Amino acid sequence: MREISGEEWPFWLLASNLASMKIAVCIKQVPDSWAEKKMVGGLLDRANVDAVLNDLDEYAVEEALRIAEAHGGNEEGSANTVTVISMGPERATEAVRKALSMGANDAILISDAVLVGADAVVTAEVLANVIFKGEYDLVICGTESTDARMSVVPAMMSEKLGCAQLTFASKVTVDPSAKKVLITRVTEAGVDEVHGEFPCVISVVEKINEPRYPSFKGIMAAKKKTIDIRDFASTGAEFTKSWSAVIDAAPRPPRAAGVVITDDGSAGQKIVDFLSEKKLI
Amino acid sequence: MSTVLILADFVGEKATKATVEIATAGAGIGEVTALVLAPVGKGAAYSASINQGPVSKVLVIESDDFTKHGVAACADALAHVIGQTTPSAVLVVSHAFGKEVAGRVAMKLKIGIITDAVEVAADCTATQLVFGGSTTVHSKVPAGMALITVRPNTITANFAPATPSIENTNAPISDCSKKATITSSQPPVKGGRPELTEANIVVSGGRGTNGDFATVEAFADSLGAAVGASRAATDAGWYPHSHQVGQTGKTVSPQLYVACGISGAIQHRAGMQTSKNIVVVNKDPEAPLFELADFGVVGDLFAVLPPATEGVKARKA
Ligand SMILES: Cc1cc2nc3c(=O)[nH]c(=O)nc-3n(C[C@H](O)[C@H](O)[C@H](O)COP(=O)(O)OP(=O)(O)OC[C@H]3O[C@@H](n4cnc5c(N)ncnc54)[C@H](O)[C@@H]3O)c2cc1C
Ligand SMILES: Nc1ncnc2c1ncn2[C@@H]1O[C@H](COP(=O)(O)O)[C@@H](O)[C@H]1O
Repeated sequence: MREISGEEWPFWLLASNLASMKIAVCIKQVPDSWAEKKMVGGLLDRANVDAVLNDLDEYAVEEALRIAEAHGGNEEGSANTVTVISMGPERATEAVRKALSMGANDAILISDAVLVGADAVVTAEVLANVIFKGEYDLVICGTESTDARMSVVPAMMSEKLGCAQLTFASKVTVDPSAKKVLITRVTEAGVDEVHGEFPCVISVVEKINEPRYPSFKGIMAAKKKTIDIRDFASTGAEFTKSWSAVIDAAPRPPRAAGVVITDDGSAGQKIVDFLSEKKLI
Repeated sequence: MSTVLILADFVGEKATKATVEIATAGAGIGEVTALVLAPVGKGAAYSASINQGPVSKVLVIESDDFTKHGVAACADALAHVIGQTTPSAVLVVSHAFGKEVAGRVAMKLKIGIITDAVEVAADCTATQLVFGGSTTVHSKVPAGMALITVRPNTITANFAPATPSIENTNAPISDCSKKATITSSQPPVKGGRPELTEANIVVSGGRGTNGDFATVEAFADSLGAAVGASRAATDAGWYPHSHQVGQTGKTVSPQLYVACGISGAIQHRAGMQTSKNIVVVNKDPEAPLFELADFGVVGDLFAVLPPATEGVKARKA
């Protein structure tokens, strides 16, 4: 029999005691929030702006890593894996690489010319198909992409997958052996405790954690990882047709320049004058 | 005449102002039927509160699954009623719950969804303000029924009294939709002030308040305004998170937004940029929020707001 060295055994012990988890994180590459955005032919001009990992998705990556780390880790040979899944242009590999450098194990990017301009229904359909085939236990998302600002893709994926929807979580507690998840949901409607079982779709709010900066080691490791780039046909998704369409888009007239004064003791009264001139009081 | 289905929005047992707003938007397209999803025994109370706005009919479904399973159960019911009534458009309030319900329905029925409309035309063309309000977009669902979520406080509501007919019905809730279970719910704490997303005036404080919101609240009260806060202020625990304005807080579009001691980070702007009038009080003349100000004061909020509060009171007296 092979002797287990002192250094090795805690790992074996851990692995045998723990149920393993396959975790997927859905991330999107979006134009930088500060970048000036333009619409071209009814679509956001993504080619000519700086693109970044949607900052709200960094919280999802962080939460996936923390969940894995709390239950045996996601290093090679350990119980869990964290897979990054994204749909977008090939250029989205930059955002995917960032998530990998934070510590995710591997990545899938669905990139296909037929998906240019895909709406939320199509996006959710494609992502859900990839997730279904991958048999993930947990799917973790951000609450919204900062470009589209729809906040619907996680709910749509849960609908398509027929699994529990645990969205807008400010706290996630996972019990891998019982396959149970408990979240605290925070929305304008208040605070709810919601529970469900594996598999489920979770979205996390930005209060949940502080995303880590990729370490040098992480950045180097991420460079070596291959990103599994897939086309639309391989996903098995049923449709590419978008159901909603932009008719036209026009920049709004910039806000008329306002008045800025420096307080000399009379500014309070001047605010009142402004409000009454605008018939606001 | 075509029918428009709206998903009535409630706080407690009362229909919200946003319900009247989507009814008003719906009436521009067709005859409005409001769907009321209520816990068992509460259907009558809920539907009785739909007493304003152009609503011709109320459809009531009572089920405890709505409170127990939330979004997914409500989406099942809405999708079922859409199938039964084949409306030309479905309007839902654009908040986290409304968007998620609409999202699930869109996926179920494979129909187009447009979120965060600020206007809906008679032909169901929706107007959206995107990229922090810098661009106006007109969108449409090219064929079939339009599913549109409408941002609160952007449509001028028609508050005419309503006496809709009331009909009870039911809808099957699938097992899949019962996979998430809500075990406890805590509604947001209600103060005496108006609701942020409904208010005509919002006065917000940021890190510049240094934790002292009394001055901001006093000015808000003189104006009958709601009080908002930047994330710096809510993160510091100075004001409840439910009052955060911005990308990850609430989106407000009041007639007047007053920002006190708030620098104007992009994430804050995302939640207030479409306000009709913006007043900024900040010590730092370089604060980026001055770019959006209709009226800006470079000064100390603790020196500027008290005389402004007195001035408003005097004007109103
Ligand atoms: C993912 C993410 C999501 C976010 N979501 C939101 C969000 O939803 N909402 C939000 O607000 N922020 C959000 N933020 C945070 C945002 O980036 C800013 O950090 C935040 O808005 C800053 O708040 P502030 O303006 O109050 O503080 P600061 O930027 O510190 O500004 C304080 C201002 O007060 C002024 N000041 C100080 N003292 C006085 C005085 N006595 N009188 C007058 N002026 C004074 C200063 O000159 C300064 O301009 C988010 C950030 C991230 C990363
Ligand atoms: N193209 C995409 N690829 C991967 N994940 C996405 C994509 N679009 C949206 N998501 C996920 O869904 C969340 C909500 O996005 P949205 O509904 O577009 O606001 C995001 O925070 C992501 O986690």
